[in-house]
Amino acid sequence: MRIDGKGLIDRSQPVSFRFDGNTYRGFAGDTLASALLANDVRHVARSFKYHRPRGILTAGSEEPNALMTIGHGAATDPNVRATVQELYDGLEARSQNAWPSLAFDLLSVNDLAAPFLGTGFYYKTFMWPRAFWERVYEPFIRRAAGLGALSGTQDADHYEKAYAFCDVLVIGAGPAGLMAAWVAAQSGVRVILADEDSLMGGRLNAETLTVDGLSAADWAAHMVTKLSAMDNVRLMSRTTISGAHDGGTFGALERVSHHVKDVPRGGVKETFWRIVAKRSVLAAGAIERHIAFQNNDRPGIMAAGAVRAYLNRFGVSPGKAVTVFANNDDAHRTAMDLQEAGVHIAAVIDSRADAAALGDYRLMSGAMVSGGYGRRGLEAINVQTASGTEKIATDCLAVSGGWNPTVHLTCHMNGRPTWHENIASFVPTPGAIPGMETAGACNGTFSTTGCLTEGVEAAKRSLEALGLKPAEVDLPDADDSVYAIDPLWAVPGKGRAWLDFQNDVSVKDVKQAAQENFRSVEHMKRYTTQGMATDQGKNSNVAALALLADATGRGIPETGTTTFRPPYSPVALAALGAGAQGKGFAPERKTTSRAATIAAGAPMIEAGLWYRPSYYPLPDEKTWRQSCDREVGWVRQAVGICDVSTLGKIDIQGPDAARLLDFVYINMFSTLKENRVRYGLMLREDGFVMDDGTTARLGPNHYVMTTTTAAAGQVMRHLEFVTQALHPEWDVRIMSVTEQWAQFAVAGPKARELLNGLLDKPIDNDTWPFMSCGSVDVQGVKGRLFRISFSGEHAYEVAVPSRYGDSLFRLLVARAEALGGGAYGMEALNVLRIEKGFITHAEIDGRVTAQDIGMERMLSKKKDFIGATMAQRPGLTEEGREQLVGMKPVGPVKQLTAGAHIYTDGEEPVRAHDQGYVTSVGFSPTLGHFIGLGFVRDGLARHGEVLNMVDHVRGIQTRVELCDPVFFDPDGERTRG
Amino acid sequence: MRLPCPICGERDRREFYYQGAAVMLDRPAPDAGEAAWDDYLHLRENPAGDLDELWSHDAGCGAWLRVTRNVSTHEIKAAVLARDVKR
Amino acid sequence: MAELIAKTPLDDMTPLTTGTLTLAEVDLGILTSIAPYAQVKIAEPFKATHGMAWPAPNRATGKAGARAIWFGREMVLLAGPKPDPTLAEHAALTDQSDAWTAVTLSGDDAEDVLARLVPLDLSAAHFKRGHTARSQIQHMAGSITRIGSDTFLLMVFRSMAGTLLHDLERAMASVATRR
Repeated sequence: MRIDGKGLIDRSQPVSFRFDGNTYRGFAGDTLASALLANDVRHVARSFKYHRPRGILTAGSEEPNALMTIGHGAATDPNVRATVQELYDGLEARSQNAWPSLAFDLLSVNDLAAPFLGTGFYYKTFMWPRAFWERVYEPFIRRAAGLGALSGTQDADHYEKAYAFCDVLVIGAGPAGLMAAWVAAQSGVRVILADEDSLMGGRLNAETLTVDGLSAADWAAHMVTKLSAMDNVRLMSRTTISGAHDGGTFGALERVSHHVKDVPRGGVKETFWRIVAKRSVLAAGAIERHIAFQNNDRPGIMAAGAVRAYLNRFGVSPGKAVTVFANNDDAHRTAMDLQEAGVHIAAVIDSRADAAALGDYRLMSGAMVSGGYGRRGLEAINVQTASGTEKIATDCLAVSGGWNPTVHLTCHMNGRPTWHENIASFVPTPGAIPGMETAGACNGTFSTTGCLTEGVEAAKRSLEALGLKPAEVDLPDADDSVYAIDPLWAVPGKGRAWLDFQNDVSVKDVKQAAQENFRSVEHMKRYTTQGMATDQGKNSNVAALALLADATGRGIPETGTTTFRPPYSPVALAALGAGAQGKGFAPERKTTSRAATIAAGAPMIEAGLWYRPSYYPLPDEKTWRQSCDREVGWVRQAVGICDVSTLGKIDIQGPDAARLLDFVYINMFSTLKENRVRYGLMLREDGFVMDDGTTARLGPNHYVMTTTTAAAGQVMRHLEFVTQALHPEWDVRIMSVTEQWAQFAVAGPKARELLNGLLDKPIDNDTWPFMSCGSVDVQGVKGRLFRISFSGEHAYEVAVPSRYGDSLFRLLVARAEALGGGAYGMEALNVLRIEKGFITHAEIDGRVTAQDIGMERMLSKKKDFIGATMAQRPGLTEEGREQLVGMKPVGPVKQLTAGAHIYTDGEEPVRAHDQGYVTSVGFSPTLGHFIGLGFVRDGLARHGEVLNMVDHVRGIQTRVELCDPVFFDPDGERTRG
Repeated sequence: MRLPCPICGERDRREFYYQGAAVMLDRPAPDAGEAAWDDYLHLRENPAGDLDELWSHDAGCGAWLRVTRNVSTHEIKAAVLARDVKR
Repeated sequence: MAELIAKTPLDDMTPLTTGTLTLAEVDLGILTSIAPYAQVKIAEPFKATHGMAWPAPNRATGKAGARAIWFGREMVLLAGPKPDPTLAEHAALTDQSDAWTAVTLSGDDAEDVLARLVPLDLSAAHFKRGHTARSQIQHMAGSITRIGSDTFLLMVFRSMAGTLLHDLERAMASVATRR
């Protein structure tokens, strides 16, 4: 119910929202949780395993129960914690894991069957028959045990990533964080203050304390106003620091648009920040823990601090007759605040025998709550006292088992927290994260004055570490009460007492794990699933391991903790993959011929990041094969044009340019004459082929190397390695010029005829023989011409600066068409090169030697080069290696397929009999049948042999004859003509 | 993780390409024998501590670096240009 | 005689304006990478021939129309004038005029836009006018130079012009909704 006059909500702004089809009202400043409580909606969820009715437990991101699905269609967000979901007009929320409805959930029979479903039940039961696991058990268990579901449609909202840098990152904007940020800001350094809440102030917004004579919330607001006016301060609210990583890097999730109905046009739903901070101050506060007793999960049983937060921040009392159950002083504030607001306090039960009342309420000291009544909403509790059990009517029980410092981030780099006896909890171990200071409640300091002081001190230490003098600031006056606690983890008694509300783990489960010898905390966790839900045990882990310690007869420090890992609270995959949706996934590299190619209707294929045309269809062509065959014919009979700009082009200059090339290629380049081109093969240092291509000598100390499209980056990095790391003394400079030149193959018997109408000076076979190169003028533009051929035809590659690429391509294609040819794509290019036995990375796949591809004669004996030594090792030179061969079909089946394997006649086609494999195939219109390249054991000596090609994947078997890989014009007469 | 490029300053490790142990800087002579080449190419120390590694600042200045990194804590002890490493 | 028609990487895109931000393709003129040979002291001949300082790493010199932008290890990009041919004695000169897409992003929010794409601290106090960096622009290797109090020069490979435009437009739209 709403309490008049309380809270930081804006009562002038009522908003309407729906939950499970019913319409409710709340106010701006509410969370979905506070608005539901204001409307007396207590039962909001069903638990994961037993489908028990659950209510709101907390007022923060640690909430284990109140998980809901927000929104509709593609914009559906499942598993949103109602406690962090800000209310907006028109918000639609639905409960999860209940069918047919939240009130009547069929699978709540699981709860009745609980005696059979205890810990280890699944491991012990669903063992056999084995086949049942995937078909029967798993689908059933997945349906039964669940969280919210994704919409199944693509999320149209945008997520982005971003980077931020600062001197001091302050994590958490409670009293410690505000003071730390203030000191750092006053000292002039760049500060980022991040807080997961929409409203900065932390617990100051949830308490009735005063700071410097102001209400705590007003003081916090005042500090935020002062900080926000400073240029060197960046305030990041709604931002959870999700992880502490190496080198002062922090992950941070900013919920940008969850508090509005629609993501603004062009805007994003979430931003995943990578914050780099020289120093950091962790002021993350603390999380209240529960106490285990029978039915301690009834809706209406809540954390005591959360009850205060709902009252003081949201003006809501979760009950009309409230009871408090605690083992510490802090929880008594809940009774005081409620009473002052006019809410009836039925009793305060304190397990400590010496507990004293702070106000005028019924205190039952030395007593414990042993059970709750009311399945879908708390009605009464049993209180165990020295004199017996008393049943007290109550609709809200505020429980506090003490506070656990939020140490999580300090453990993200393998650090372990330290047990602190006085507060019966873990505190951060100093130095666990390089550069991080901890302050306030997360450090185990719970008084407001203590938090303010530690915030100042942490900032000072951070500034001093940066070599700066901290500014002096006044410490505000505030509460300095002492936090006194006697540990109480579980109330003895019958029935199930819950620890992990999200995964339905009970005290009995932990004890049973210990009995079954899962004594290690990591084993207990995995056996019981304690702490493995989306809250990662924030509410329950410490109690669970205290009980494990007890059950195994060890102390808590010896029992240890499980490992806290990033993220601190759940981060959607969409946020982690932010920016990578659609075209953001990877850069698209586009050639200059793209516009003309698209206009011609050519489908594009990806080649690395590049997009290249598959084929250029003519209107009457029905299949790609028709287009491909026609394009191959053009090149063989007339002339074809193909954009080859995507090949890597590397400019190599300097006195030692030739020396570098001799070192990276297996063959000689120092002997190459100017204006000539040579084919080169490059090995890795381990003797296997890295890449191949042609290199042209443009001047005495000037070469331009080409690489394959696929290996351009790798070769560039390799050349950098050789010149920087192996031979820094060589005077040679390398530079990628791939993008500078638009380069086109002009291939076919009419290639020269085509060029001679285009080049400003005609060429002939004497001035431009095969493997020559040089400068040319193309319609007045300085270009380069290379007489090289990847098709086996009389061919050239003509290059002009890229700005002219589009224009030159159109011109070349038009001229080719006039000569009975035209543009050709990757499919035809592939067929043309297979007909000639030219290799690509389909063949040189990283496991192939120069010998394997028949190029051992190129291995120079006159020089050292990369891979020279290892190319001679026995394993690479011995007989029995698979060698490059050509293949053609000779039986009734005519098809060859890449990836198929080769077997000897009469032998079963299994791995043990494998003779080799097929790397590239194509239908050769020139020869009228399929041709293929592949590698076959001792293949060079087996030309003429007939073997079986078996494609197990596609179910194809073809009789193939091995042959020379050069199918067409083996003497290369056409190339030279 | 952040790496201090001697030329560009401290940068996010995403800008770098990782090559492995810096052993690759000490290329044996062609006739150094099988054992030396085997060492160079295949045998690596796997310390739970400091390791000299090669990183290339691919998306930055293009320099190859020898980085000394504690592979347990990811603490970076040193980063020098590969070309300046004395051999 | 047919004529070859020149096209810019973004095909003479009209400048885009979103909120306070303007994105424009720029013609930097002739681009030449200058990689000095070993033991060469290039600073003097460079200054003598081009009238601007040889930039230190991570710095750019000159002004609109003639800039020298540090472009990587032992490399500077001369943007604007034709390189003096005598420099070829001291350095490898390579024409890059067509290899790069160049845009300027200007406006109050330019830093915020780039914070979404570039993993660097580009704040005015840290990355001043005349500072340059080789780094990533989203997934692309690029060059980022501050050429004005609120203006950055961004360069990526020519073939990635469309992706650069896509990434910048998206970040600009996002930042505009945050004002």
